[in-house]
Amino acid sequence: MTSTTTATTVLSSKASTPKKQMPLTQFVPLLLMVGPVVLWLLIFVAAPLMYIFVISFMKKGIYGGVVISFNFQNYLRIFDPLYLRIFLVSIIIATATTLLCLILGYPFAYIIARASDRNKNILLSLIMLPFWTNSLIRTYGWIILLRTNGTFNTLLASANLISHPLQMLYTNGAVMVGMVYTLFPFMVLPLYSSIEKLDHCLLEAANDLGANQRRAFLRVTLPLTVPGIFAGCIQVFIPTLGYFFISDLLGGGNSILVGNLIRNQFLAARDWPFGAALSILLIVFTIVLMRVNKHFGGSLENIT
Amino acid sequence: MAQVSGKAMVELINVDKSYGDNKVVKNLNLQIQEGEFLTMLGPSGCGKTTTLRMIAGFEDVTAGEIVIEGENVVNKPPYQRNVNTVFQNYALFPHMNVYDNIAFGLTEKKVNKEEIRQRVGEMLLLVQMNGYEKRMPSQMSGGQKQRVAIARALVNRPKVLLLDEPLGALDLKLRKQMQVELKHLQRQLGITFVYVTHDQEESLTMSDRIAVMHNGLLEQIGPPDKIYNQPATKFVADFIGESNILEASVGSVAGDKLTVIFETGGAEVNATGFKQDEMVYISVRPEKLKCSAESVPGFNLRGTVKEHIYVGSISKTIIELPNGQDLKMSLLTGTPLLPQGETVWVYWEKADTVVLHTQEETLYNFIEQVPKIGVSV
Repeated sequence: MTSTTTATTVLSSKASTPKKQMPLTQFVPLLLMVGPVVLWLLIFVAAPLMYIFVISFMKKGIYGGVVISFNFQNYLRIFDPLYLRIFLVSIIIATATTLLCLILGYPFAYIIARASDRNKNILLSLIMLPFWTNSLIRTYGWIILLRTNGTFNTLLASANLISHPLQMLYTNGAVMVGMVYTLFPFMVLPLYSSIEKLDHCLLEAANDLGANQRRAFLRVTLPLTVPGIFAGCIQVFIPTLGYFFISDLLGGGNSILVGNLIRNQFLAARDWPFGAALSILLIVFTIVLMRVNKHFGGSLENIT
Repeated sequence: MAQVSGKAMVELINVDKSYGDNKVVKNLNLQIQEGEFLTMLGPSGCGKTTTLRMIAGFEDVTAGEIVIEGENVVNKPPYQRNVNTVFQNYALFPHMNVYDNIAFGLTEKKVNKEEIRQRVGEMLLLVQMNGYEKRMPSQMSGGQKQRVAIARALVNRPKVLLLDEPLGALDLKLRKQMQVELKHLQRQLGITFVYVTHDQEESLTMSDRIAVMHNGLLEQIGPPDKIYNQPATKFVADFIGESNILEASVGSVAGDKLTVIFETGGAEVNATGFKQDEMVYISVRPEKLKCSAESVPGFNLRGTVKEHIYVGSISKTIIELPNGQDLKMSLLTGTPLLPQGETVWVYWEKADTVVLHTQEETLYNFIEQVPKIGVSV
């Protein structure tokens, strides 16, 4: 079979006759190419998710484990004020982290986008560089900086700015510092790509029509980079809810976020069904946020 | 109908522009009159767009002054200059509809809502885009975007409208139509238009005056007919329309009568300001070129009919000179064509000759070639 006819059959089968039997010469290569990926996704993504979904309706066994049953008990338990408070605190910390990342990230992304090609590469690698180290190790780094006799306290004391060491580690503030630090690149990169796409001509047009730099930013740059802002915010907001190790290490026991709660259900309380229900809720929340992002003109490509 | 008042609206005085060592505009002096349609014409990289951007304020001048309405504006940002620009790629704000795009400048000037509504409405009528208020730029064709871009600039009632190859992206037919409309609009509104293009035909159609630029220098400025009929330099003769350009040396000078010697012949022409033995260019338009089976008094230039090219309303005959140079002769289609391969005598009316001074470097090659061929007139 010639390549031309193959191409046309593929096209026509796609367009009009999806039920038409695919010749073996096409089916086998297709299976070889797509098959492994599909298999991988089925085993490692779809199956565990289904498992989590199913056990979220079951009951915890007396000694851990799962008792097969069907009820909404786990979901109703989430509305316990104890857990609602954790959700509330998590959302507040995630929102604050996101806003901080945005406020710090926008100017940074703007500078990168407007830099010369050489400087652009340098600045972008500076953003990417921390990714080469495990984020757990980087978080341990913050402990050394923030602890009672850590770097910051020592420096402040030797400058005679403080008499007693400040309690910096194991506070919500420390958790936020860690979150902002870890998630900053996820804010900067989508912002950078949307600012870079902006045609400089549009700013000239705004200037030409009487808008000074500030007005041109407000009326042209900002609205046109909203997709980047949304994408960046979601990429920071969602992981903040789930990054339990940061609040574990920097927040100590004082800071329990949704991520810690889920982790505790699975590992400490051995209440898998409740942990599963919390996970499903987080997934639903994430999907809703992504839909909102899409609704406001962002594309999912910006996020992934 | 607006008249060119003779009062200078924009003045460029000794303007230089360099990027590093690269001089893109060299000592430019230009006066643009109030109500005038001035076109800056030249090939890409000649400095015309840079000049326009300096007037708009997007580029700083390296040296010199730009005076708009008697005021030196070189230190003013674009948003404080009373000029507006129509950009090559339209530069419409993609997140705003037609109405908001056009209203942008007025909103910035804090004009009240009612007046904005009225003035935007007038502009939409003017560019025949009424009914399109709610359209987004992505929902419009190139021609429609262009109209909106023009309306967005004109609604501010600028003293000068700067147009940077605004029709470049349109197809030929639409371009021709927009040329006429733009010219009409300019006459109707009486606003000074500074128009940048590399399309010489476009410049001839629309302009009151054309400023021809080349390598950052102003080669010639004048009305279209003068630019076409009396090009001041070889570049202008070559760039505007088609020209047959022959290298020659001046044989003898008698009053305004000049005998010029080509590599393969000679001719008598009328021109002043040339010395004997000076190297010159002789430029003749294809439509002025004629040929005959017998020699014509005052001309000694023979060639062979090489080929005919049909271009619609006219046909071009290519005549090859003995030294290999091709001359183009255009005739109205339907005129009997000379048979290919026939040897003919080429001539033209003396008044249709343009004699141009040469520069040193082009001269040199030619002097070496001249003695090899015996020439008599």
